[in-house]
Amino acid sequence: MSEVMLNGIFVGSVDNAQEFVNKVIENRRSGAIPDVLNILYAEDSDEVIISTVRGRVRRPLIVVKDGAPLLNNNHLKQIEKGEMQWHDLISQGLIEYLDALEEESTYIAFTEKELTPDHTHMEISPMVIVGLCTSLVPFGNFNQSTRLNAGSKNQKQAIGFYAANFSVRMDMDVNLMHTPQVPIVQSMMHNISDYEKHPAGQNLIVAIMSYKGYNMEDAIVFNQSSIDRGLSRSSYYRPLVAEELRYAGGLVDEISIPDKDVKGYKSEKDYRFLEEDGIISVGASVSEEDVVIGKTSPPRFLSGMDEYNLTSNIRRESSVALSHSEQGVIDFVVLTENEEGNKLVQVRLRDQRVPEIGDKFTSRHGQKGVIGLILKQTDMPFSASGIIPDLIFSPHGIPSRMTMSHLIELVSGKTGALAGRHVDGTIFDSEKEEDIRKELLSLGFRENGAETMYDGISGKPLQAKIYIGSMYYLKLKHMVSNKMHSRARGPIQLLTRQPTEGRAKEGGLRLGEMEKDTFVAHGASLLLKERFDSDRTVVPVCEECGIIAVHDVYKNRSYCPLCGDNTVISFIEVSYAFKLMLDEFKSLGIYPRLHLAVKY
Amino acid sequence: MTELNLKIKKELERLIPSNFSKAKTKAVYDRVEKEFEEMKIEPGESVGLVSAESIGEPGTQMTLNTFHFAGVAEMNVTVGLPRIIEILDARKVPSTPMMEIYLKKPYSEGKDIKKIAMQLKETKLDELIEEIIINIIDLSINISFNTEKMELIGITQAKMIKMLEKSCKTAFSIEKRDDGILMKSKNKDESLNILYKTKEKIKGLVVCGVPGIEQVLPVKRNDEFVIMTSGTNLKKVMDFEFVDNTRTISNDIHEVHAVLGTEAARQTIINEVFKVIENQGLNVDIRHIMLVADLMVISGEVKGVTRSGVISNKASVLARASFETPIKHIIDAALTGETDVLASVVENVMLNQPVPVGTGLPGLVTKFKF
Repeated sequence: MSEVMLNGIFVGSVDNAQEFVNKVIENRRSGAIPDVLNILYAEDSDEVIISTVRGRVRRPLIVVKDGAPLLNNNHLKQIEKGEMQWHDLISQGLIEYLDALEEESTYIAFTEKELTPDHTHMEISPMVIVGLCTSLVPFGNFNQSTRLNAGSKNQKQAIGFYAANFSVRMDMDVNLMHTPQVPIVQSMMHNISDYEKHPAGQNLIVAIMSYKGYNMEDAIVFNQSSIDRGLSRSSYYRPLVAEELRYAGGLVDEISIPDKDVKGYKSEKDYRFLEEDGIISVGASVSEEDVVIGKTSPPRFLSGMDEYNLTSNIRRESSVALSHSEQGVIDFVVLTENEEGNKLVQVRLRDQRVPEIGDKFTSRHGQKGVIGLILKQTDMPFSASGIIPDLIFSPHGIPSRMTMSHLIELVSGKTGALAGRHVDGTIFDSEKEEDIRKELLSLGFRENGAETMYDGISGKPLQAKIYIGSMYYLKLKHMVSNKMHSRARGPIQLLTRQPTEGRAKEGGLRLGEMEKDTFVAHGASLLLKERFDSDRTVVPVCEECGIIAVHDVYKNRSYCPLCGDNTVISFIEVSYAFKLMLDEFKSLGIYPRLHLAVKY
Repeated sequence: MTELNLKIKKELERLIPSNFSKAKTKAVYDRVEKEFEEMKIEPGESVGLVSAESIGEPGTQMTLNTFHFAGVAEMNVTVGLPRIIEILDARKVPSTPMMEIYLKKPYSEGKDIKKIAMQLKETKLDELIEEIIINIIDLSINISFNTEKMELIGITQAKMIKMLEKSCKTAFSIEKRDDGILMKSKNKDESLNILYKTKEKIKGLVVCGVPGIEQVLPVKRNDEFVIMTSGTNLKKVMDFEFVDNTRTISNDIHEVHAVLGTEAARQTIINEVFKVIENQGLNVDIRHIMLVADLMVISGEVKGVTRSGVISNKASVLARASFETPIKHIIDAALTGETDVLASVVENVMLNQPVPVGTGLPGLVTKFKF
């Protein structure tokens, strides 16, 4: 007697568990029981487990009987003719969905070749071993698994044609490639996923060679002339949003060109693009700090005395402007309402991005790198037939990473481009490298893909044959113009008077604890002090009681809050953070006393 | 010029050919002295920080290339960064306490090596018991032994009874039976709980060997037998007459400190840290480790580089507060009215003053004329 559990609840018992399970499966295949049911006889606990709950991950498999798949050529022909569809295969019990539970009781063949009478199921395609993104890596079965992971991760960051209605969308922070191409070397997944409807890269001529050290450490060298012809151009879109919020007391924001007497008024120049309604016009070419939507808000709270005097509404400037180091063209303006019925303005900024030094590119094999040098076509190496690469990839990236697929794609792409056809690089099921090479030979090229090349600068032939071909390259969304940052002086934090942190706040670059240690180790004591002078302050100290004194700049006199006027007050130079710490001590009831001494 | 130390002098005596003239010999000495002087650390050099960087930087590589010799290795040993952390923190008990026991002459060549090893290995009563039963009605404990094992170790039942008597004092009467030992409680109202506790207690009774030595493994090293152990008990092991107690060592720093003293503890720290660094294939100058070891034992006790150890000895309040538990240090300083004279690095960085190392060290000396 074995217990039967349905979705974790005991429902009864059966005498012959295996027979029962077989019968249920048979009934499921014939359609008498819904196909969402999965069943397993767990021998070790002697119970039958049936699962119909939602949320299980299930996958389709071809049912195998007596060492032969039930799905045969007749069915395939019918499918081709359109007489049969996917759901017919399931209702006829040729294909069934299994969950992790029922998989325990199966023996699944990977390919048709390895089928034996013991097998119960067969994979629909060996490609299902990897996911959607990973199966987009051509010749993936030649790679280490870590590289496949990297390859599929990179593809997710590629700039492509993400949506056909992009021109009317207000997506946050998106990129759009101007002239995407369909890859020459494809896999079955490219067809399945309609890749040609949303491609994300371009077929480039790639030469694998070192070039004057500008492509070391994963850098790549680009051809300036290719860029001029529009290679890898993309647009970056960012929406800027303003809302007319309502506040307590009937106060509202107002979207308009701010008056000059508004608190925090920028300058007339900053508002020059605004039209009468306070919103910028489409087509305006804007750069950093330009106001895009003019807005004023009611005063937050009455703080200073002057605000009591002028009882009329002094409004606060709260316009939306481009942030530091941002630029572009106004692409699209939308005027709507939000859920609360407040006026909502959305302005989309577009910025053309031409490849520049520091932009990140990758092939589909986890071989990412940044542009290290952009060279004029005249200075690029060229082949005997006059082919000039768009991109030079360093061979030093290959041995340690062992991405064979990268190399195979290069010859395949070359063959495909020359023969005018797509090459199939589906994982475990690709065209044979040998055949591709033979085809390349028949097209009049070296079978191994290498060619004699000439130095673009001297015109002399290069000693080694250069491996050159066509590859699908992806431009990744990480572009230097979004990340580059430097600062000589700039904003500081209110509390500590130390520089702000982060690019968005135009912050400084921190000289951290360990960096400090290197200064000390070198004995560069005074240089270190200078480095940390960012929050330097001069404070008056009462020598009598050792507490921070007060210096009245207007009256030009100093006094101690404890000892009064009759005391010696000296000025010392400390970091503001230290002064802050002394204040915090005082707030804790600790009396921090400074004993001053002459240093020199 | 300072005088050369004894070690260098002896080395020179050995190296200078005997046919050297007096003047030539003196020239050599002078030159060595000059070189020695130049090799000395200059005032204002932050040796501690350089040591920290020199040990710390290779340490970052270490975690990545630590290999685990699964199964095959002689014994399970903590190596790599965890071991270094353990040593420098001066943990009371190392995660894998070990000893290397060197033997005196005839034994070191392999005489009675198995017997010696078994003498050292700690054997508990539990390992010799076939069955142990509590009889609730008689309030007694029946023990039957595995006679084979007892013979192997060389313990008789009579000996065992003596040991049991010693451990249970007088609360139980112990009788010898054919199949083992019967322990009967003298107190008739003895609670079952006490009986059970007694049972558990005698299970852990060490019948043979050195307490703490869990495993023994004789190893041949350079034509000599050495007994490696897991578990340590330096004091007891040194009592055995066959042990060469001039070379026998434990990897438990606190134990070495207690048995052999501070200098030995210092040397153990150096050896243990250096062993790890060497076996990771890294190259750290031993003097960096020596400096750390010096700092750890300078008080005469072994102190770890932790907030309760070496750091708590720092003179500066601010320096202590900047390393973990700041509130505790600030409040203690406030209660006792401590003064920070700003003599070291961290305090001065906090105040944005030049740190007194390197270029920040020299002061200005002016002759006043009145």
